[in-house]
Amino acid sequence: MGPFIARRLVRMVLVLFAVSILVFLIFNVLPGGGTDAAARRIAGKNATPQLIANVRKDFGFDESLPQQYLTMMKQIFSGSLVSYQSQLNVMDQIKQGIPATFSLCIGAAIIWMAFGVLFGYLSAVHAGRLTDRGLTILALAGISLPVFWLASILIVYLSQKIPIFPNGDFVPFQDDPWQWLVHLILPWTTLAVLFVGFYSRVLRSNMLDVMDEDYVRAARAKGLGEHQVRTRHVLRNALIPIVTLFGLDFAAVIGGGAIITELIFNLNGVGQYAAQSIGNQDLPPIMAVTLFGAFFVVLFNTLVDVAYAYLDPRIRLGTSAELA
Amino acid sequence: MPEPYADAAVEPKTLPVDDFSSDDSTGFEGRSPWYLAWRRLRRNRVALAFLALFFLIVIFVLAAPLWATQVAHTGPDTTHTTEKITVDGKKKDVVSLDGQPIGPVWFGAAGKFFLGADGSLGRDEMVRLMYGGRISLFIGIVSALITTILAVVFGLLAGFYGGKLDSAIGAIMDVIWAFPVLLLGIALGTALSVGNGLQLGPITIPGNSIWIPILIIGFVYTPYMLRPIRGEVLGLREKEFVEAATAQGAGTLRIMFSELLPNLWSTIIVFFTLNIANNMLFESALSFLGAGVRPPTSSWGSMSSQGFTLLTSQPQLVTIPGLMILLTVLSLNVFGDGLRDALDPKSKITLRARGGQIEPEKAST
Repeated sequence: MGPFIARRLVRMVLVLFAVSILVFLIFNVLPGGGTDAAARRIAGKNATPQLIANVRKDFGFDESLPQQYLTMMKQIFSGSLVSYQSQLNVMDQIKQGIPATFSLCIGAAIIWMAFGVLFGYLSAVHAGRLTDRGLTILALAGISLPVFWLASILIVYLSQKIPIFPNGDFVPFQDDPWQWLVHLILPWTTLAVLFVGFYSRVLRSNMLDVMDEDYVRAARAKGLGEHQVRTRHVLRNALIPIVTLFGLDFAAVIGGGAIITELIFNLNGVGQYAAQSIGNQDLPPIMAVTLFGAFFVVLFNTLVDVAYAYLDPRIRLGTSAELA
Repeated sequence: MPEPYADAAVEPKTLPVDDFSSDDSTGFEGRSPWYLAWRRLRRNRVALAFLALFFLIVIFVLAAPLWATQVAHTGPDTTHTTEKITVDGKKKDVVSLDGQPIGPVWFGAAGKFFLGADGSLGRDEMVRLMYGGRISLFIGIVSALITTILAVVFGLLAGFYGGKLDSAIGAIMDVIWAFPVLLLGIALGTALSVGNGLQLGPITIPGNSIWIPILIIGFVYTPYMLRPIRGEVLGLREKEFVEAATAQGAGTLRIMFSELLPNLWSTIIVFFTLNIANNMLFESALSFLGAGVRPPTSSWGSMSSQGFTLLTSQPQLVTIPGLMILLTVLSLNVFGDGLRDALDPKSKITLRARGGQIEPEKAST
């Protein structure tokens, strides 16, 4: 276990470094039109020459590239990065958004996992029959929905025409758990639908594969009931790849996949902060959110890998290259 | 693959005496894999119906100039802020005094403002919808082409040469893979458009050009297609026909492009179809957030974004462009699914979104 973790950590550090380099390249080096392109980009629209000069100084644009890289990372990680348009500290704004983002993503993840597994199971058990076909079409529709469209439809029909749910805003859990729940139902649904579609499709095909395995036949041969075979032998093994996917998806959603949902439902999370910054063409917040989002994904994936290796010895002994 | 034989057994061959192209001496007609795939696809009515839907949408957007000149008598960017139109005999403001655009009038004004106006500028929503669809489809298709070309070329190189080249390509892909795709798209989209666009040597792309979202989308999805292609090349490289080609003295380029590439076509075609669908969805998300296409160009995504401010009073400004995206993407997804079953019934290639991003996935057996 030790060597595996060590190897995995080294790889993680390398990827984190490369990720930060890419963020640096995108924001500071990417050739734009004219001189001072990067400084002007960061200063924002309608920047005065004075402001551009300040940005040049803050980001050390007169120095060598490695020095510029270090300056940028220092700005982001020390929490001193400010938006030159709003004069607000980026780190503070991100911290404020975290409770909303986590509430949204964790709740949605529970929903998509539950329904994905339920639909995938039903689809596999009834493979080829009407239930399966109906669920397949539903799943494909789920993955083809533009998120903003689904959110708008939900708001128009379930909040305006028939006022069942509030059309947005975030209520912190500690203030009022009931309102927290009610306000999050539509955003959770919006975010979960896409994944329910995928998970049910992936689980269906995994289950159909597993059903051909010898140990399933053995379970039937020893006289287990069909229900037991399906849930205890087929479903359990078919769920293994789903759990890996879940780790990746959950990280990606927290790391920036929920931007549109947050924006439309006005949840004031990290994603909405990023979305508003895009609208204002304000780069420093986007810089920080991109870097933190990617870092979160890499860290979380490493965590999932290690947990996996702990649970399944095959991974840490050799075949890890494929699965890691 | 049992199925080809099953097909052949159903229709015993009446051996054409003069057909020497059939090199099968068993009395069965040789059938190309493409023909067999076509037969399987033909039986899949649902996939074909959705393909037809896709073509209808293509015809719809191609008919944009016709509708604009013959029916609506206006262009996608022509404003009618202060004008009045006659709807069923009554005069109505295109944009009311408090800035509210007129809603759908259907054929009340002989096709003018069929879907109403788009906002305080009073542009014809239907005309904009048709022209916007051209942009959405164009971006989807061209960016999928870019992804495919990059993924195939680098996938072939990585898989065939292996070693250091493979590790280097793999490392770059790992880094791109680490980013949530939407964030990477946003980062690139804003960085490139806030400045004055992209300058690469002699080529300058202005910040509001549609080539910026096209290049971004094509680029960010490359790893998701490259990995499975590389994996397939790794497997094919060890096959006898490659050895045979090497023995005949074929060079590496020839082995890559005339021996290996033909074996990848079915994967490429399926990916390409699903990729278009996915890219259109991604473009709509980027444009909705304001990091995709920029004015004066508009796509279904940016139209929805602009209409979103009027969601309460004129929800059709969001729901109709969104519905067009849904229908187009769904038609391609269902057709792509059928295509995959037809071309390679055993394969497990799927494109999966991860927070708005796709991920090719091969069954790990």
